[in-house]
Amino acid sequence: MAKIISGREAAALVAPGSRIMVSGFLACGAPAWLLDCLVEAGPKDLHLVAISTDYDDRGIGRLITAKLVKSCQVSHIGTNKTTQAQYKNKELDIEFVPQGILMERIRCHGAGLGGVFSPVGVGTPVAEGKETLTENGKTYILERPISADVALIKAKKADTLGNLVYSKMARNCNPIMAMGAPITIVEVDEIVEPGQIDPEEVVTPGCLVQYLVRKGE
Amino acid sequence: MLDRDAKKVLIGKRIAQELCDGDYVNLGIGLPVEVANHIPQGIRVFFQSENGILGAGPAPAPGKEDPDLINAGGGPITAIPGAAYFDSFLSFSLIRGGHINMTVLGALQVDARGNIANWMIPGKLVPGIGGAMDLVSGAKQVVAAMEHVDKDGNPKILEHCTLPLTGAGVVTLIVTDMAVIRVTPAGLRLVEVASWTTVDDVVAATEAKLIIDGQVGVFS
Repeated sequence: MAKIISGREAAALVAPGSRIMVSGFLACGAPAWLLDCLVEAGPKDLHLVAISTDYDDRGIGRLITAKLVKSCQVSHIGTNKTTQAQYKNKELDIEFVPQGILMERIRCHGAGLGGVFSPVGVGTPVAEGKETLTENGKTYILERPISADVALIKAKKADTLGNLVYSKMARNCNPIMAMGAPITIVEVDEIVEPGQIDPEEVVTPGCLVQYLVRKGE
Repeated sequence: MLDRDAKKVLIGKRIAQELCDGDYVNLGIGLPVEVANHIPQGIRVFFQSENGILGAGPAPAPGKEDPDLINAGGGPITAIPGAAYFDSFLSFSLIRGGHINMTVLGALQVDARGNIANWMIPGKLVPGIGGAMDLVSGAKQVVAAMEHVDKDGNPKILEHCTLPLTGAGVVTLIVTDMAVIRVTPAGLRLVEVASWTTVDDVVAATEAKLIIDGQVGVFS
């Protein structure tokens, strides 16, 4: 059963210094209203888990521009000059994670797994210091789970039980991040009653969702 | 010497000839996108984008953009009839699991063993990895689409990459504005040269040793 709260109440659930996971791919499928509220609340020293830091003025990049993030695990920062500058000046610590492996590591946490052996990045800096497994002549590295204290995600529609449906490619990492933290807060365009979403269409089941926020409220 | 646009067309057109009917293809941002403009007559290919679509279509008409339909570079796209949307987990499972026939990526450097570097220049530029490491580890064919030399004229096809790698021993084909080079266990085999240049010029512009056996074809 999900609780409906305001964007400001949601932002207050993010304590300074906490680990957050924020969804979206280049701001598509990012919880724009929750990000507005979080920037306004201004908790500092956050650890951020995200696909990328989007743009300087749009999507997750707004947290970087507002200097709320101390460290992050992301796959890409190429579209955000502020992130690149803060990284260069050592204001921001970054672990670069291959995008698909970032998804796997979050999923490991959500699915109760201790890690996954992956061929991605073998022979590159990503493999440094990681345990290896050789199977049929192929080398794999151990990738460990990634979790957060709070996940902020975006869906198109929810019912009051927290069942979620998404819109087109705005789905991207949202269903995975819904498994990444004990508190998942979902920004939605619309909240309907149970039964108004066909169970065949539910992508994320309600047990993964703790809070719902209507966009703009 | 060709201008930048002419190089892009030459490279995109040549890579498109590698496609087979029914292929599932992932095109990286930048130069690789050009491949979509040159699909040979009579074949049908399906474009996958790692942010969650199989069956990506061309950019919409101005004013018809949908913020929930973008390519991996953030630009607007459409979905073809029969397209499928999925989350990033399934998208990368398709990529790593060998279900995508070809990935085309830009490269800063490639080398004689099929190593590719395209995600950082230490101390200068760190755009990050994005989906590239997953793509090169899982796609059946990994095509490096690149200018043959850098802007100062230095070779980018090396005996050994000097930049941090994106993938080790993964590239299967290199297509540049000068040449088509296949990566083989014995090394790099020169398959074709562009009609505007010569075998000797290609060899001179390539640091890695090129295997030249039999007839070298021409492309334009």
